[in-house]
Amino acid sequence: MIINGVTIDETFAEAFGMKATRAIITAQNEKWAMISAQAMTGFATSVIACGCEAGIEKILDSSETPDGRPGVAILIFAMGGKGLAKQLETRAGQCVLTSPTSALFAGIDEGVQIPLGKNLRYFGDGFQVSKKIQGKRYWRIPVMDGEFLTEATTGRVEAVGGGNFLVLAKSQPQALAACEAAIEEMRKLPNVIMPFPGGVVRSGSKVGSKYPALGASTNDAFCPTLKGMTKTELPADCESVMEIVIDGLTKEDIDKAMRVGIQAVCDLGIENGIQRISAGNYGGKLGPFHFHLQEIMA
Amino acid sequence: MSALTFTMKHRFDQRVDMSPLVCNKLEGLTPVEIAAIELQNGKRKIRVDELFRIKGSDIQNIVIEGSFSKLDFIGKQLDGGSITIHGDVGAYLGQEMKTGTIKVDGNAGIYAACEMKNGYLEIKGNAGDFLAAALPGNKQGMKGGTVLVKGDVGERAGDHMRRGTLLIEGNAGDYCGSRMVAGTIAVMGQTGRYLGYAMRRGTLLLWNQPQLSATFNDCGSHTLAFLPILFASFMKLNSKFSNRSVAFNRVQRYAGDMSELGRGEVLVKI
Repeated sequence: MIINGVTIDETFAEAFGMKATRAIITAQNEKWAMISAQAMTGFATSVIACGCEAGIEKILDSSETPDGRPGVAILIFAMGGKGLAKQLETRAGQCVLTSPTSALFAGIDEGVQIPLGKNLRYFGDGFQVSKKIQGKRYWRIPVMDGEFLTEATTGRVEAVGGGNFLVLAKSQPQALAACEAAIEEMRKLPNVIMPFPGGVVRSGSKVGSKYPALGASTNDAFCPTLKGMTKTELPADCESVMEIVIDGLTKEDIDKAMRVGIQAVCDLGIENGIQRISAGNYGGKLGPFHFHLQEIMA
Repeated sequence: MSALTFTMKHRFDQRVDMSPLVCNKLEGLTPVEIAAIELQNGKRKIRVDELFRIKGSDIQNIVIEGSFSKLDFIGKQLDGGSITIHGDVGAYLGQEMKTGTIKVDGNAGIYAACEMKNGYLEIKGNAGDFLAAALPGNKQGMKGGTVLVKGDVGERAGDHMRRGTLLIEGNAGDYCGSRMVAGTIAVMGQTGRYLGYAMRRGTLLLWNQPQLSATFNDCGSHTLAFLPILFASFMKLNSKFSNRSVAFNRVQRYAGDMSELGRGEVLVKI
């Protein structure tokens, strides 16, 4: 398959089942809601070492938030329910509770309920106040700037993590420009996040390493500087590969995000140095979700 | 199916215990069986059809026509369905109701919504003393749900209240929120003396400055983030509380009762 001169490899991205939740952070203005959201989703690019994958899903205007203030919706993904709960609570406590004027609400009502502010209330040292409004429990925790308002729990749902595609380009600036264009379009979609810095990862990995202690190492088949040293997957004139990783609440959400992202890359076309679109997988043996590039773009 | 309607034939001198006539207790009964239910009337028992003309068959939608202030225990332990009452009601309206809706277009007697667990109870007129309170000797009053009173309420509204929302469009008598354990009481009108007497936790939300006891301490003026959410939850009500113009998030906060646990609060609109 070739779109605008860009070859779509006959391959697939392999993704895994994850647990996910959404939280809504509000503040006095969008600036402070965003600061808090960025802190809460910081150091959350990959479950390999961060414990979770998190990102900003959407900026919400005041009509879309529970307390009528500007807000930001974030999504957090983890491999297990316990890990997700721990990450959520830790991050809420250190990044939202601490952030001036913030409030924190559940972004998903259904599913298994996991603590959001339920245990943060103890920070109130007995001065915390509970309010149950329309079946939802809120905690008002006295803090130095006034009160931190948080919903007690949020819903945990089954999700999919690890959808991806690779952009092969003639030069590094062209690969980055294509990924930026893709991310700009993909960020308009709900229910997905691209957890790596700016949504783009330049250090894609393969399973295993020559060093026994490491479970993953550089994806040498896609490293342009190793073309003459390893069994490369790259054309001779490819100088740069970048990857976009997508976590979504459902397989369909990732399907849609990949289609939109790949299309944005292909719109730049061969004349902008984009050569191929490929994807990362483990032979289909590890992850139950397969995203076949050509089917997605058909 | 039309609503199961009980129309009062004539007013008895003695009080009537209406507790058998709730939706969940009438399930599976034929109209004949319903007519034969015996209600306590003073010291004697009386058949339902001696008191009421019965019409309709939808037991999930009960209407009482011509009600007056001697019909006690209407909606006691109601667990689903709705009861609409045209006229006044006696004591213990909606006592221990679990779910469902009760609407009264007249006045209610003492102990309305006492120990109510959940659901929605609306009184268009006034309510007597001990609204949403605990029965004498019991430690917990209303435990959940919403009560809306469009008129005034008597003394001790919310006495021992544990959870839920009590909305009063009119005035509240003395000892409003006394011995409150938790929950929210909102009063648009005036409040009487000894507001929040011995309250432990909970919120008294007021539109007018009350006469506060010395055991309530001023915590200053604040903008509270939970208030917009609380007011938003009133939007579906047929009430002044659903009017956006009455909502506020800026309050003077008083903590008390310091002679008790002191974790309660009186929030006064500023």
